[in-house]
Amino acid sequence: MTTVRAILHRYPAVSPAIVLVVSVIVFGLINGRFLAPTNLSLITQQVAVIGALGIAETLVILTAGIDLSVGSAMVLSSIVIGNAATGMGMPGPVALLVGLAVGLATGVLNGLLVTRLNLPPFIVTLGTLSIFTALTLLVSSGATVQGDAMPSILTWTGLTVSVLGVDITYGVLITLLLYVVVSFALARTAWGRHVYAAGDDKEAARLTGIRVSGVLLSVYLVAGAIVGITAWIQIGRDFGASPNAATDANLSVITAVVIGGTSLFGGRGNVWGTLLGALIVGVFRNGLALAGLDVLYQTLAVGILVIVAVSIDQWIRKVRK
Amino acid sequence: MNTTIATATRTPVLAARRLVKTYGHVIGLDGVDLELYAGEVLAIIGDNGAGKTTLIKCLTGAEIPDEGELELDGKPVRFRRPQDAREAGIETVYQSLAVSPALDVAANMFLGREVRRSGALGSVLRMVDTKQMRARARAELTELGITTLQDVTVPIENLSGGQRQAVAVARAAAFGSKVVVLDEPTAALGVRESNQVLDLIKRLRDRGVPVILISHNMPHVFEVADRIHVQRLGKRAATITPQSHSMTDAVAIMTGAMKG
Repeated sequence: MTTVRAILHRYPAVSPAIVLVVSVIVFGLINGRFLAPTNLSLITQQVAVIGALGIAETLVILTAGIDLSVGSAMVLSSIVIGNAATGMGMPGPVALLVGLAVGLATGVLNGLLVTRLNLPPFIVTLGTLSIFTALTLLVSSGATVQGDAMPSILTWTGLTVSVLGVDITYGVLITLLLYVVVSFALARTAWGRHVYAAGDDKEAARLTGIRVSGVLLSVYLVAGAIVGITAWIQIGRDFGASPNAATDANLSVITAVVIGGTSLFGGRGNVWGTLLGALIVGVFRNGLALAGLDVLYQTLAVGILVIVAVSIDQWIRKVRK
Repeated sequence: MNTTIATATRTPVLAARRLVKTYGHVIGLDGVDLELYAGEVLAIIGDNGAGKTTLIKCLTGAEIPDEGELELDGKPVRFRRPQDAREAGIETVYQSLAVSPALDVAANMFLGREVRRSGALGSVLRMVDTKQMRARARAELTELGITTLQDVTVPIENLSGGQRQAVAVARAAAFGSKVVVLDEPTAALGVRESNQVLDLIKRLRDRGVPVILISHNMPHVFEVADRIHVQRLGKRAATITPQSHSMTDAVAIMTGAMKG
């Protein structure tokens, strides 16, 4: 048992990977349609937005912080893109850049409040969650911008290409690309090590000469950029920008990160675990729906998953001396 | 025992002259002098509140003295931040060790000064050279005779207290440092592990790196120190050697029962 624990401790993505494989097999056996290419394609699309936001959330949680606002920041960015392109008549690429800038700005705001005012990330993002939600309603006046009213570049992320017989949207591919880029930065650059060190033991990181507040600010900045890109993916997925979209995203993202084995105490975990976590949630929701269960059982299952995942994390951490 | 006892004719590697540091009405340092010579272990002892910690903080850039000068190799230096002291070659092993538990041994030894890959991989993609850092970490541990720690890919949290201390000391010694300052390195360790750390301090000295050792543990101080700086009431009460004075004498000077 101790060896199992040591392996899980060293490779925290192993347990969510096992859960994912087992659940795919089980749901495939329950209902043959689960493994049909069209259904697999649907799952990837359902997972893309939460998966992309999960990268931003993982970065923040690795620094022992939390971001409650990623979902509402993403919806705000998408609403800005939609309204800039339609109401204000900006060309598609410009509207997209403005949206990316808004995403970046949400990250900068969170980052400055955390590093300059030394406020706890939980409090900061609890406040900005409300602020971004209010701004979303102000900008949109509560109205949805339909996809066919927008320049085609903005809904491009919803178009599909066929990969091994499964239709994959460009949005899904962008999400995967973000995973590759961020996991590389975390694992192979000094910046990545400093992110882990800052989350692991802030004071130790400072004493070794790492500028911890600079690292934290950069993390929120990157998170903001990812939020802006995800807004684009979201518009393609929903074929429009709605102020009422992705209302459960803020918490779903944290769920994906936690199931993926990243510790809420900071300093351990990685983005691939989060991708697995997002896929597990997607597979459970989809599989339970195909099995004919009511939506409330999906929510119930996700709740159980979170508690099981955190219990496993606590158990694994007991390896520490 | 090492016989390179200081003489007035040699230039100290690190010297402090009449350091004063006050915190409001509280006098931390009241004109302290200190000399550290090449190849020696200088212990700093003193009662709580005698100014040991303040003195060390002034030497390592964690505090800026109000008055007085610091000289490194005979040249005046000023440290505004701990990084300044580190860049000048003064490495400090803090009591907390300042290691990152989830990162491995090699990553910790190079934390904050990672080596990048050569070529475009390093300059454009900013990739770190994990292989080289691991090799250098291994070489450094071997050179310091730290045989209990050969796998540099183990996370720090899986190590014992003594092994963690060894990593922190090896990190301090690894970067061509001129001076290594150790703050209470044996305070949290058992007997066997304390002995390993004391051996490590001796090996560091034998490599020519002078060491400043702050400790409450008299037997440890008397085992490794070449000279002992006794701090009392913000001043240097005396500099003694394990040969010239007994442990009882040292304690008597610390408490003021005996003149240094």
